[in-house]
Amino acid sequence: MFLLHEYDIFWTFLIIASLIPILAFSISGLLAPVSEGPEKLSSYESGIEPMGGAWVQFRIRYYMFALVFVVFDVETVFLYPWAMSFDVLGVSVFIEALIFVLILVVGLVYAWRKGALEWS
Amino acid sequence: MIIDRVEVETINSFWKLELLKEVYGLISILPILTLLLGITIEVLVIVWLEREISASIQQRIGPEYAGPLGLLQAIADGTKLLFKEDILPSRGDISLFSIGPSIAVISVLLSFLVIPLGYHFVLADLSIGVFLWIAISSIAPIGLLMAGYSSNNKYSFLGGLRAAAQSISYEIPLTFCVLAISLLSNSLSTVDIVEAQSKYGFFGWNIWRQPIGFLVFLISSLAECERLPFDLPEAEEELVAGYQTEYSGIKYGLFYLVSYLNLLVSSLFVTVLYLGGWNLSIPYISFFDFFQMNKAVGILEMTMGIFITLTKAYLFLFISITIRWTLPRMRMDQLLNLGWKFLLPISLGNLLLTTSFQLVSL
Repeated sequence: MFLLHEYDIFWTFLIIASLIPILAFSISGLLAPVSEGPEKLSSYESGIEPMGGAWVQFRIRYYMFALVFVVFDVETVFLYPWAMSFDVLGVSVFIEALIFVLILVVGLVYAWRKGALEWS
Repeated sequence: MIIDRVEVETINSFWKLELLKEVYGLISILPILTLLLGITIEVLVIVWLEREISASIQQRIGPEYAGPLGLLQAIADGTKLLFKEDILPSRGDISLFSIGPSIAVISVLLSFLVIPLGYHFVLADLSIGVFLWIAISSIAPIGLLMAGYSSNNKYSFLGGLRAAAQSISYEIPLTFCVLAISLLSNSLSTVDIVEAQSKYGFFGWNIWRQPIGFLVFLISSLAECERLPFDLPEAEEELVAGYQTEYSGIKYGLFYLVSYLNLLVSSLFVTVLYLGGWNLSIPYISFFDFFQMNKAVGILEMTMGIFITLTKAYLFLFISITIRWTLPRMRMDQLLNLGWKFLLPISLGNLLLTTSFQLVSL
């Protein structure tokens, strides 16, 4: 982890950045008043008594979008190294990348036709 | 923020010595603290600007009592939030409830690591620069999702889900735009990307070489910031405040901070990727060359760089604040259609177009 000295400053920054919420919470814990009550701690539902919890089943659509997202996100991760050595690799690798992208475009068209990208 | 390379290398060679390790730690902590101070001031300025511009668009006066022109209003609000009671919902998941805003803040702050504010005035000129930003910016939705889930509130839950769905939908067009830019500059390092635009002054900016990419990036970054045409996760009229509904006190303050930090990061990245970063718009012969390159001139040049970067970034901020009071909010299906069926194909096409042009010029 600490072999790459270039990233030392990243780790330092990470530590200092994670101190910020800790500091904020502890300062607020010292200064803020505490007066709890069952009404105050119940969840807000526009003023009426909360009905049931929120941890229930939800739309599968969110899952479908997440699935398509993973496909394209992995694609971009593969494309970045190619883009960086683009001038070295030349035409043949460009065609290979094109085929790779085209396969995924076919996947997008399939998902589109199947209605995975429809909200309602 | 500029660490002398030679100095760092000499220290690295004596890495095992405990004392020098501490010295090295000090060297890197000071610029980070300076940067954090700068970020805080900038966020305060943005909050003030947003309130003043909003007020003038709506023909109100806006903040005027706290300090001259209401300049201290944001500080007053932040201090007030520190003194407010921190309410933990009784049915929620308490640990996730605190971790959520922390993750969001940390991930947004880390993006500032690779943003160059002036000529080589950057915390770490990493070779993976922009890619680090893209990787880190996708952590923030996890924090929002945690916040929405742990509140055990229907509004929060829906808001958290929407925030996650929205930011993953617009992540991909954004990534493709950055990919096209880094292909043109042949580097992922933010400093190299700015230097690649510095050749022909105003006409060398990537906005002219990537007009489609610029528009797609602008729209996607607005969506990533959850700004108004895309502010479904926190739509006041339908979801109260989305994932922030149950939050109070400083935790709410952290979410408030995250939204403005996000805006600042996006505007700085628009500047770096498309508007030529710290370079002046007019193609000019550097008049500093006439003088001897001494320390004062270096500092002057750096200050000018920071000033130019911030001016361009504030231009984008002004646009996004004006858009907030101009466009109505989109519907969820419209939002996802725009992301997946319009911006994604366009950005992919833009990428292939860019590669083809690059191939021809090879």
